Amino acid sequence: MAEEKKENLITVNIDGQDLQVPAGTNMVEAVKMLGKEVPHYCYHPKLSIAGNCRMCLVEMGMPGKDRATGEPMLNEDGTPKIMWMPGPAIACGTNAAPGMHIKTNSPKAVESRESVTEFLLVNHPLDCPICDQAGECKLQEFSASHGRGYSRFIEEKNVKPKRTRLGPRVTLDDERCILCSRCVRFSQEIAKDDVLGFTDRGSYSTLTCFPGKELANNYSLNTVDICPVGALTSTDFRFKMRVWFLKESKSIDLESSVGCNTVVSSREGKVYRVTPRRNDEVNDTWMPDSGRELYKQIESEDRLSYSTVNGSQTSAVEAIKAAAEILKGEGVAIVGSGRNTVEEQFVLKQIADQVNAKGVYLVARYGDGDGILVSKDRNPNVRGALATGLISDLPAEQLSVLASQIDSGEVSTVLASKEDLVAAGLSEEQLKKVKLIVIDTHASATTKNADVAIAGLTQFEKSGSVINQQFRIQKFHKAVPGPVGSIDDLAALSAIQASLSGETFPSVVGTVWEKIAAEGNIFEGLSFKGIADTGVLLDGSAFSGLAFVEGKSLHFEPKLEAAAAE
Amino acid sequence: MAIHPKEQRLVLKYADEPGYTPSIDSYLAHGGYDMLKKAVTMEPQAIIDEVKASTLRGRGGAGFPCGLKWSFVDRKSGKPIYLICNCDESEPGTFKDRQIVHKDPHQLIEGMMISCFANNVAKAFIYIREEMPYGAKILDEAILEAKEKGFVGDNVLGSGYSCEIVVHRGAAAYICGEETGLIESLEGKRANPRIKPPYFPAVLGLYNCPTIVNNVETLCNAVHILDMGAEGFKKIGRPNNAGTRIWCVSGGVQRPGYYEVGEMTLGELVYDICGGPLPGRSIKAIIPGGSSMKILKNGERYKGKNPDGSEYDWGLEDIPLDYDGIAAAGSMSGSGGMMVLDDTVSIPAALANLMAFYSHESCGQCTPCREGSLWLKKITSRMVHGEARPEDVDLMLDVAGQIAGRTICAFGFAVAWPVQSYIAKFEDEFREYAAHLSDPNADRQAIKELACNG
Repeated sequence: MAEEKKENLITVNIDGQDLQVPAGTNMVEAVKMLGKEVPHYCYHPKLSIAGNCRMCLVEMGMPGKDRATGEPMLNEDGTPKIMWMPGPAIACGTNAAPGMHIKTNSPKAVESRESVTEFLLVNHPLDCPICDQAGECKLQEFSASHGRGYSRFIEEKNVKPKRTRLGPRVTLDDERCILCSRCVRFSQEIAKDDVLGFTDRGSYSTLTCFPGKELANNYSLNTVDICPVGALTSTDFRFKMRVWFLKESKSIDLESSVGCNTVVSSREGKVYRVTPRRNDEVNDTWMPDSGRELYKQIESEDRLSYSTVNGSQTSAVEAIKAAAEILKGEGVAIVGSGRNTVEEQFVLKQIADQVNAKGVYLVARYGDGDGILVSKDRNPNVRGALATGLISDLPAEQLSVLASQIDSGEVSTVLASKEDLVAAGLSEEQLKKVKLIVIDTHASATTKNADVAIAGLTQFEKSGSVINQQFRIQKFHKAVPGPVGSIDDLAALSAIQASLSGETFPSVVGTVWEKIAAEGNIFEGLSFKGIADTGVLLDGSAFSGLAFVEGKSLHFEPKLEAAAAE
Repeated sequence: MAIHPKEQRLVLKYADEPGYTPSIDSYLAHGGYDMLKKAVTMEPQAIIDEVKASTLRGRGGAGFPCGLKWSFVDRKSGKPIYLICNCDESEPGTFKDRQIVHKDPHQLIEGMMISCFANNVAKAFIYIREEMPYGAKILDEAILEAKEKGFVGDNVLGSGYSCEIVVHRGAAAYICGEETGLIESLEGKRANPRIKPPYFPAVLGLYNCPTIVNNVETLCNAVHILDMGAEGFKKIGRPNNAGTRIWCVSGGVQRPGYYEVGEMTLGELVYDICGGPLPGRSIKAIIPGGSSMKILKNGERYKGKNPDGSEYDWGLEDIPLDYDGIAAAGSMSGSGGMMVLDDTVSIPAALANLMAFYSHESCGQCTPCREGSLWLKKITSRMVHGEARPEDVDLMLDVAGQIAGRTICAFGFAVAWPVQSYIAKFEDEFREYAAHLSDPNADRQAIKELACNG
């Protein structure tokens, strides 16, 4: 495979430096391989080439060939003679061909960039002081690095609408728009919801939705991410925080088993936005709007901010102690969750073994898959529960087996993590029949009926890993601290296990992983630190007999036998 | 319109004959469709070779050899090949295709059918500009007539060859005449020109299939090439400039209009045929091939070397009236829309008018043209409204230079060339204008009136 790839490499020359690139690589990417940058606005690696911003103009030439003989033309020193094009070429639309030469920093190329920068600014409002994009604005950056630093424009600037509602989540400032058409192409090519276009002509061109349409699809906020300027803004994030104050934490969108890679931006313990992080094997540079809203659960009104024993507030330590005491009894069943991390599921499995559990359950959670980046399985980590051995078969949506176990008296104690048992089909009467321990983040009918309720953390407040539909294990990192009174779910479970077993048990992700890897399962040789930022693909062949529910989506094809089972 | 004795009519041969109508009967009575009858008995490649040998050059603007264009078509892709007749005639000063469509539509249809047969095209389009609704109606009717007679449609003249022609009305924009913009428009989208590479029409044209886009007059010439043979056709005009051309003369001449001529000089057309300037006036400059072409100044000497090494030294009136002649004088014959500017015309005001047009017609897709054209409009408009600055001349040259050659399509040149050439030839006038307008006693009202619709 590697050999085969090598054969397709061709040599191009960039600013005098030879470089081997795969044939057809466009010159923006080729230059990137040299650690340099050709500035660009309209080019996006995951969208079609538009070539309209003209910022990436470079000088381009090919080795000359004698017209009569077809022989290569040579310089006096025997090197190929390069025939330079009379005008500059766009790097984004120029694909590498053998012997191609480009100059990215010749006087002509520099002057071209200065010209385009000047043109882009003549009708730009220059309202950076009140613009959300300031600090992460390509126009701002390139104007500083590729502009002349002064203006020759004394005419009146064009006036366009400043706050157009394009959809429920996106607000447009047309004056800032540089008409690069990234949002239009995204809507057509990725979201498959062709609602954006330009009206009017020339410099008066204005981005708008088609009549009677709005930019309401679940991917609309990606247009905000890829907008190189401050034209498309997130209605949620708009005017909330200057971006340079934001701390960025790598995370994962846990709304479904796709596991889009994300960045959580926070300041002083408060999350302000969630944006996609590039992973060419999972989500490219996109993520659904729905996943961006998840941070709102942190401060939602029903958030559990302290633990309770028999309904009264207590410290987490006391609650854990009480839970361990209860679990030492007979007839314990465990309800884990597809929303638990791999680490939590691993410790739950230890607890299940320790208490000789009468049953271990997960609650399936299904929705419609959109074929892009939201899958039918709305649990982010069912595969983690399988891989850790917590469960051995795909979960059901209802806990009917557990219900009958409670009714028959076989189960008298239930430990539930991150699941509302009432929503999963148990009645409050059934809950009252058993000793109930719950670790969760938000109030539910289950937490109200719990003997011990331990306030846990949302994904934004802890670190952990999950396994997505591809059997790719991906990790997310703590972005903000949890509420006072809450405890890391993993620490709580570890403390319970330590208490039950009478032995010390690691309580942080890194050390729990030493135990996970020692189990000799598909995690062998892996550590939390060893999981790359874009995840590690695990061997899921041991589970290929299971009828996973996910359909085709971006970068995911369901396995044949699973599809047949469906 | 009376035919001037110095004209040499080929394409418009019968168009202005008394009693000649756009109906098929008129056309058939004048030998119409005989060449199509001949064509369908020929090998398609033989027709292409004949057109190639004729050295016919495109009449739309760029003057690209027609046969060569046809030879670029990707015939191995397995995709259908389309032919589009560009009848968007939107270059200011050009009104020749309109004459053909209105007066002799069947000649165009015959030319198209010959070209389609030669290139194995089964579906052809006539993209006619929105502002020619009557022309579209005439064409629709003419196609119906031709279909009834078996010249268009299934099994053309019993040859087994079938081809449909569809008339499509344009989207009323200058840029719809740019071939890739036209293709986008024909596909139902905004007429934003495509990037080349990869979207060369000969390979990735209409619906990403190989496509030939030819001008109306070019396609009509296919009929005459088959009629006269390539050798006969080449006898008209100088080498590499074969055939007649229809010139559309407007502006400050006594007899503006369209004239189809063979080999002659610019002076013969403007002075002999068009009668020269209006009484009491003199010719100041000529824009030879549509408003985007570089201006030629009267009184200037045009010197240089011919390809054979001999030298030429022409006055404006001596310039050979063809592609190479006008190119040698530093401009282009373009679409044949010749605008004569007499001594009453203010060059800055003319430029302001043109910039208003081009900034209005820029599609807005790529940055230099979009922003540069409007900037130039704002500068020139300000100039003619009494607020010219001495530094505006250099600024305009800079802005034009920042547009030319850096855009997706040739529109960038269409904006830049007038600015560059008007200033090159009439820099004093621009500078005087600035000085004059900075005079507090200047008659601003008069200047504003002069500034027309800038």
